[in-house]
Amino acid sequence: MITTGKFGKYGGIFVPELIIPALEELEEAFLRYKDDEKFVEELEFYLREFAGRPTSLYLAKNLSKKFGCKVYLKREDMLHTGAHKINNTLGQGLLAKYMGKTRLIAETGAGQHGIATAVVGAMLSIPTEVYMGSEDVERQKLNVFRMELSGSSVIPVETGSKTLKDAINEAFRDWISNVENTHYLIGSTMGPHPYPTMVKHFQSVIGKEAKEQILQKEGELPDAVIACVGGGSNAMGIFSGFVDDTAVDLIGVEGGGEGVETKRTGATLCKGSEGILHGSLSFVLQDNDGQISEAHSVSAGLDYPGVGPEHAHLKVTGRANYVAVTNKEALRGFELLSKYEGIIPALESSHAVAYAEKYSKIEENKGKTIIINLSGRGDKDMFLVAKEMGVEV
Amino acid sequence: MKPFKRDLDNPNQIQSYQEMFQEVKNRGEGAFIPFTVAGDPDFDTSIEIVRQYVENGADALEIGFPFSDPVADGPSVQAADIRSLNSGMTTDKCFEFISRIREFTSIPIGILVYYNLIYKKGLEEFYSKARNSGINGILAADLPLEEAGDAVNMASQYDLDQIFMVAQTTSNERISEIVKMCKGFLYVVAVMGVTGARSDIKKSTVDLIKRVKNHTDLPIAVGFGISKSEHVKDVIQSGSDGAIVASAIINIITKNLDDLDVAKQEIGSFCKELKESTKNR
Repeated sequence: MITTGKFGKYGGIFVPELIIPALEELEEAFLRYKDDEKFVEELEFYLREFAGRPTSLYLAKNLSKKFGCKVYLKREDMLHTGAHKINNTLGQGLLAKYMGKTRLIAETGAGQHGIATAVVGAMLSIPTEVYMGSEDVERQKLNVFRMELSGSSVIPVETGSKTLKDAINEAFRDWISNVENTHYLIGSTMGPHPYPTMVKHFQSVIGKEAKEQILQKEGELPDAVIACVGGGSNAMGIFSGFVDDTAVDLIGVEGGGEGVETKRTGATLCKGSEGILHGSLSFVLQDNDGQISEAHSVSAGLDYPGVGPEHAHLKVTGRANYVAVTNKEALRGFELLSKYEGIIPALESSHAVAYAEKYSKIEENKGKTIIINLSGRGDKDMFLVAKEMGVEV
Repeated sequence: MKPFKRDLDNPNQIQSYQEMFQEVKNRGEGAFIPFTVAGDPDFDTSIEIVRQYVENGADALEIGFPFSDPVADGPSVQAADIRSLNSGMTTDKCFEFISRIREFTSIPIGILVYYNLIYKKGLEEFYSKARNSGINGILAADLPLEEAGDAVNMASQYDLDQIFMVAQTTSNERISEIVKMCKGFLYVVAVMGVTGARSDIKKSTVDLIKRVKNHTDLPIAVGFGISKSEHVKDVIQSGSDGAIVASAIINIITKNLDDLDVAKQEIGSFCKELKESTKNR
């Protein structure tokens, strides 16, 4: 490898020997093309014309009044396929094309990253296969149909807990067997180097835009930036724009599930400990022996027992704070934003909204300016939320 | 089989990899190294399965410590890991398992683990327990040389062999780096993929064996996809010093979960057959 891919002590390449040459090839291509004029121009074209960038930074005036803070929303929910995921799948899809790869594979939990990969595969004419835990296939039939409509095959994974982490294991196994022609398009700032760095790079467009926009609108930086954290890609994307501005508080909100103190939680940074999962050293939910635990959150995107290694670094260095909100609180965030602003957020993003309300209730935070990264829209969650609210749809 | 009672004060009683490979070579054979997951399907049966290995010609043992997320393994080993964990295996019980094996054999024992098991326990504690239980070598499937510095130091501190894998995708340059760190033997991955039984040994495997042999005097053992006696014969005749058989044996356990006596018998005769096929070097 040309670079080590470490964030402090976290990150690295904890993978079987068979994959190493593929990581070397990927790192080399990423470093070569990330600033290549033609590549950058082509990616910018697709981000603009296909995905719908830039997204607006919207002043949520009703919510601001209710919270007693100035609340801005970075509207990633407005992007094609409904979430920030497309920023990364366009970047990696294009990179795979430049590398001459003829097949894409991806993992997906709820299906958002799967869909974002499927549409890019269709658009770039690269055959795409998506691994998805069989439990998730059952729970997210509509998203499976969407992926299939875009020409991708969805492969149900029957091993382990039959959810996201097992889909990742299976995608790795596929990649181990097919490294020569296949690019594994990982959907978050996790996995072995160069993925955490590369995915952040492709998501950093969020932070870059948000910074320019807030400076234009407010003439100064915000007091806090709040984003939900599962694997951590939308948070890394927006944090990257502000990480050097130490006066800006960076707050990552994890899926607390039924409570951080319970076993049914996805709050890896709040509750987990150092460990190695899916190729990098970071925080993981695990038992005393290092066996990986199953995570839980009402939001499938936050339902993962690992987290990107750079978040571990930001946590231990104190540059970012990580908090958790419960399923119940997240549902309140969902309802608040829908009712006050007419914007229906994804359940993942609802965690950030819910924490913003808590933040605003702290006396010293009154009147502060905050940006919430609204990472996705809630269309995908309609049935689940209706069920939770006791409404029949 | 020689009766063996381990004496902790006399570690020389345990055969080293070097001694074993030399002895096997002197007999004009290759080493037969069967694999199982410790505690599959439960602690006691698993001990009996290993006893079958030893009584039917194993020259060394490869013991997997079960892990919840074994990315380098195919369905057979994954299922074995889950059976073992469900039966209550822990890392400490795995060490106890090795100590129990040491009551009846002195042949080299290597363990195959995922690095999180070592990291979580703490390297010092893991390697010291490995040493005390009678392990010869440690291979962490997800620990490439870039990340292996601490493990290699700890292994040398406890006089254990840190074992590494090379694969078809590994460049000559990398092989040279890996053999500098590797002790005991070099694990050569036969196929492009995860563990699992396969139908034939490809020419690419033969080429890899020759390529690796040009880079090292370390003994090499070929694993992944070695599932029948013809495979064992092929890799030994192609120049490998040993053959590691995993999934094909585990499949016998999987198939006979409701009658483990049958499994033990079948494993015994399968091992005998596999050992026979190492005898034409």
